[in-house]
Amino acid sequence: MSSLKRLIPAAALAALSTPAFADALTGPVAQQALNVNAIAMFVLFVALSLGITYWAAKRTRTAAQFYSAGGGITGLQNGLAIAGDYMSAASFLGISGLVYASGFDGLIFSVGWLVGWPIVTFLIAEPLRNLGKFTFADVASFRFQQAPIRVLAACGTLVTVAFYLIAQMVGAGSLIKLLFGLPYHYAVVIVGALMIIYVTFGGMVATTWVQIIKACLLLAGATFMAFLVMTKFGFSPEALFAKAVEVHPKKLAIMEPGALVTSPLSAISLGVALMFGTAGLPHILMRFFTVADAKAARKSVFYATGFIGYFYILTFIIGFGAIVLVSTNPAYMDPALIAKGKNVIDAIRGTNNMAAIDLAGAVGGNMFLGFISAVAFATILAVVSGLTLAGASAISHDLYATVVKGGKANEQDEIRVSKMATVVLGIVAVLLGILFEKINVAFMVGLAFSIAASCNFPVLLMSMMWRGMTTRGAVIGGFLGLFSALVGVIFSPAVWEATLGYPKGSAMFQIANPALFSMSIAFIGIWLFSKLDNSARAKIDRAGFDAQFVRSQTGIGATGASSH
Amino acid sequence: MAASAIEIENNPKFKQLVAARKRLGWTLTAIMLIIYFGFILLVAFDKSFLGTPIAPGSVTTIGIPIGIFVIVSAFVLTGIYMSRANAHYDELTRQIVEESK
Repeated sequence: MSSLKRLIPAAALAALSTPAFADALTGPVAQQALNVNAIAMFVLFVALSLGITYWAAKRTRTAAQFYSAGGGITGLQNGLAIAGDYMSAASFLGISGLVYASGFDGLIFSVGWLVGWPIVTFLIAEPLRNLGKFTFADVASFRFQQAPIRVLAACGTLVTVAFYLIAQMVGAGSLIKLLFGLPYHYAVVIVGALMIIYVTFGGMVATTWVQIIKACLLLAGATFMAFLVMTKFGFSPEALFAKAVEVHPKKLAIMEPGALVTSPLSAISLGVALMFGTAGLPHILMRFFTVADAKAARKSVFYATGFIGYFYILTFIIGFGAIVLVSTNPAYMDPALIAKGKNVIDAIRGTNNMAAIDLAGAVGGNMFLGFISAVAFATILAVVSGLTLAGASAISHDLYATVVKGGKANEQDEIRVSKMATVVLGIVAVLLGILFEKINVAFMVGLAFSIAASCNFPVLLMSMMWRGMTTRGAVIGGFLGLFSALVGVIFSPAVWEATLGYPKGSAMFQIANPALFSMSIAFIGIWLFSKLDNSARAKIDRAGFDAQFVRSQTGIGATGASSH
Repeated sequence: MAASAIEIENNPKFKQLVAARKRLGWTLTAIMLIIYFGFILLVAFDKSFLGTPIAPGSVTTIGIPIGIFVIVSAFVLTGIYMSRANAHYDELTRQIVEESK
């Protein structure tokens, strides 16, 4: 009961993030015995990825190669890389764990995470590719006064990346403790060191290929696991569900929405954050600059949507498979929890995030268990690298090259700053990961998604769509969105009451997620302060729209793929 | 000599491209929003509807195919946009770029 209780208050927040599993991972995690298969497979993956980094390093000389792989990634490759960024260990272990714990509720998460992608396709992908070069700030600042917008975008990026990174690091540490039987600190340091190597030496080329390989491994592994589950039920979903209902303590309740969504307002606000947060994640937006043109950008989101949707359907099968095949096997239970009178679902050793991992062992034996464990860890490694690259680019390209050097930075200096930023970010991430070992990870990622939806997304969308936006309007509106999202999350029940321990009902905002309000505040702020802006700069901003609009629609003047 | 932004904006083909893409993009966005928030509102207001068995005596509820439908619709809508864009917009864009040189 209590592991579920612990999950539910933060569930809405957790829903904002790929690492939905995060909250459960913050509970006490028992260290497991050393898993030799998993370690062997993992070492194999690391060796392969370091080989790729070595190969990529020779192709990473210019800034374009470092930030955007020279624009030479194809639509399909980028689709896989985007899917890889999105299918974190969290969405794999987290969603299947949630399905394991409460059935249908897991599907609500999957659906919410997927529906942002069509919006990105219809409204953002093509103009973004046509206008941008390395970071989304290139687009957001296109016709505006550079420094203020770059500072805003860099703040939005760094805050989003920092919270997301902490969540991934803490997740990685706990996961490795579970999977490999290594101490938490080792795990965090290993992740930090490998990520620094990938990004500094291999830049976007290495980051992309590590992501692609991991995406293929994860898709293949999950497909195989779902296939093995279905063979046990004659490929009849009805038979699988019937058996799951029979063994699950909640019985038929797992086939309908449960405690996940408490009030209609929370449901809607959550829906807003899920849908639009995706369109404001800097490491995802950056991927659109790695392809040659708008057509490839469009194609890549189509592939990504397909892969991610397919993957979420697999996690649903995996979760139900785990109910039947894991919860009925005493070997996967924690005897101490059973002794305390927990039911078979809650007594799973190492929280319900282990459901998918244990299922791999149950259907595919020890070797497959090792494979899935290694893939889960590779996943965190790849996601963390993408995040760090996005953060480092904001520092070197937006802050150093544009704000500090006024756009006159030497390319080699810019790359050097970027690499230094990567090392610093890596070290900071390791330290924060150790410092925040006990923190509610869902809180961190909830914040990341809310800020992406409330700062990055409105500024980006309005800059591309609305002629009337001015520098002042964008900066005031963007910071209002960022600030209100921060305030809204901190004073929400999940953080104020569940995490900080204030009495129940004392939170200032009684909804799980502020995105509906903070995103609206950003849009209204941008609109209002742009309308009121009569400065000389505002005239230049508005006059710049025609040239920007033509380029966003046709790609005339867009940065092409650099030669290889 | 290359055409100015205003000249390109006045090109009837540009106007056609922008209007067509805007119509399709926002229509599909609206459809996606309706499908998704329709699902979310069902979750919020009518859980028991989603818990109705799809056939008498079955444990599979109506919520399962509805959820899968939302996932599949996201993919299908994206596919519709892509096929329309590949078929019409790229050619139109090519012509505009050509005429603007």
